[in-house]
Amino acid sequence: MNLMLPDTGLLFWMTIIFAIVFFILAKFGFPVITGMVEKRNKRIEDALSAARKAEDALAHLRQEQERIMDETRAEQARLLQEAASERESMMAKSRDEARIEAASIIAEARQRIQEEKESALRDVRREVAMMSVSIAEKIVRKDLATEKGQMELIDRLVSEIKEPNTPDVMN
Amino acid sequence: MKPIKIILFLIVLFSWFHPLYAEDVSGRQYDDIDVGEILFGHVGDSYGWHITEWNGQHISIPLPCIVRSSSGWHCFMSSRLEHGHTYEGLYIAQEGKYEGKIVEHSQDGTEVRPFDISITKNVASLIFTAVLLIILVLLTARWYRRHDASQEGAPGGFAGLMELMIMMVNDEIIKPSVGEMHYRKYAPYLLTAFFFIFLCNLLGLVPFFPGGANVTGNIAVTMMMALFTFIAINLFADRHYWKEILWPDVPLFLKFPIPIMQTIELFGLISKPFSLMVRLFANIMAGHMMVLGLVSVIFVTVKLGPVINGSMTVIAMLFGLVINCLELLVAFIQAYVFTMLSAVFIGMAHQGDAHKEIS
Repeated sequence: MNLMLPDTGLLFWMTIIFAIVFFILAKFGFPVITGMVEKRNKRIEDALSAARKAEDALAHLRQEQERIMDETRAEQARLLQEAASERESMMAKSRDEARIEAASIIAEARQRIQEEKESALRDVRREVAMMSVSIAEKIVRKDLATEKGQMELIDRLVSEIKEPNTPDVMN
Repeated sequence: MKPIKIILFLIVLFSWFHPLYAEDVSGRQYDDIDVGEILFGHVGDSYGWHITEWNGQHISIPLPCIVRSSSGWHCFMSSRLEHGHTYEGLYIAQEGKYEGKIVEHSQDGTEVRPFDISITKNVASLIFTAVLLIILVLLTARWYRRHDASQEGAPGGFAGLMELMIMMVNDEIIKPSVGEMHYRKYAPYLLTAFFFIFLCNLLGLVPFFPGGANVTGNIAVTMMMALFTFIAINLFADRHYWKEILWPDVPLFLKFPIPIMQTIELFGLISKPFSLMVRLFANIMAGHMMVLGLVSVIFVTVKLGPVINGSMTVIAMLFGLVINCLELLVAFIQAYVFTMLSAVFIGMAHQGDAHKEIS
């Protein structure tokens, strides 16, 4: 029996059997399996990349959040500072205003007092004048009640007119 | 120390039991045992499927013989030809050029071989392997048909195991060897070849009925496998590949008046599948021979006395165990190597496109 001599019958059957096996497996067997596995691998890859993308987005969001927080904090600090300075300036301004107001009020009051004083003095002067006039009248009337008195006065007046440089004794 | 003790114990045990057995069989079949006949009988092909011997009776499964002799087609069961019987002028030659094959007497009295496409033991084993392989792969494929792979995860159990192996061959052997561009076209063939060879190898290692046939250790089977690979390599090869063979880039005198390079390339073309054929055949054949030879040692040493026979039995069994484990590995490696080399050769026939891709 020669082992190196291929047998015709076996060659024939091997061809047929292998062809059938190949046909069936190549049509219904392996491509289905490899195709499905590839599909699954693709799905897993997609899922992984999606997860990576989501992670990135999340990281980005966190960064954004951080940034917004920082900004808010800075804004808050700025607002507080602004408010403080505003208050400061407002207080200073109102103080100034109050000072000016007070000064003007005082000045007005002083002026009115001055006016009051002046008018009061004027009244007093007028009163004194009236009184002195009336006193003078009374004195004059009493002096002039007699002839002698009248005459003396006329003389004095005449002399006075004559010598206008002489100081007025009466006043 | 311990393994040696166990071996010694076994030797003593076999020596004790042996005399009964030796007396029973000695002087009859086992005295002049023909190891060569046993070996070649087991690794060769036969018309019936011999299973075992029981009380001196051969138990074998008769297989259909399909023969076209000078008197037309004959179809009968192999049991009709047992023990040298002649059926319709056909008989199994006991010696000569066609020993063990169906022959007939021609007009001038010489033995001639008719056209013989009998379902022999190897063919039956091939059919069994083919059916088993189709069932295994289609069962796996059914899982994928029933489940939506884009929605569910990986299969478990049997389909998972098959998927693991299929994807291993697909991704580790075929894809890198053939190349990303073309591997899809060749993957079904290479996968079929891998699993067919692997399953045949494994079944060949099973010592009892559905297995045990030396299918991939038969040159006809490996020849057809190599031929399919040859077709796969050359049928869809690109222009670049044919140019390398028919008009390679060498000085003109090497290829024009006398086609030296073309001859060398042609040898290369044929030697590739030839090496595939011989490698698979020789490896599997040698494995079967070794295991059978070691088992034969037990029967050959019967007449050398119980002690030697007993100790040789233990040694033969230990060696047989080691060789069988090795053969399991070889069963895988040879399927792997056949597939990988086929893939590499196919990849070499598509290098032109790859060059274009790169440039």
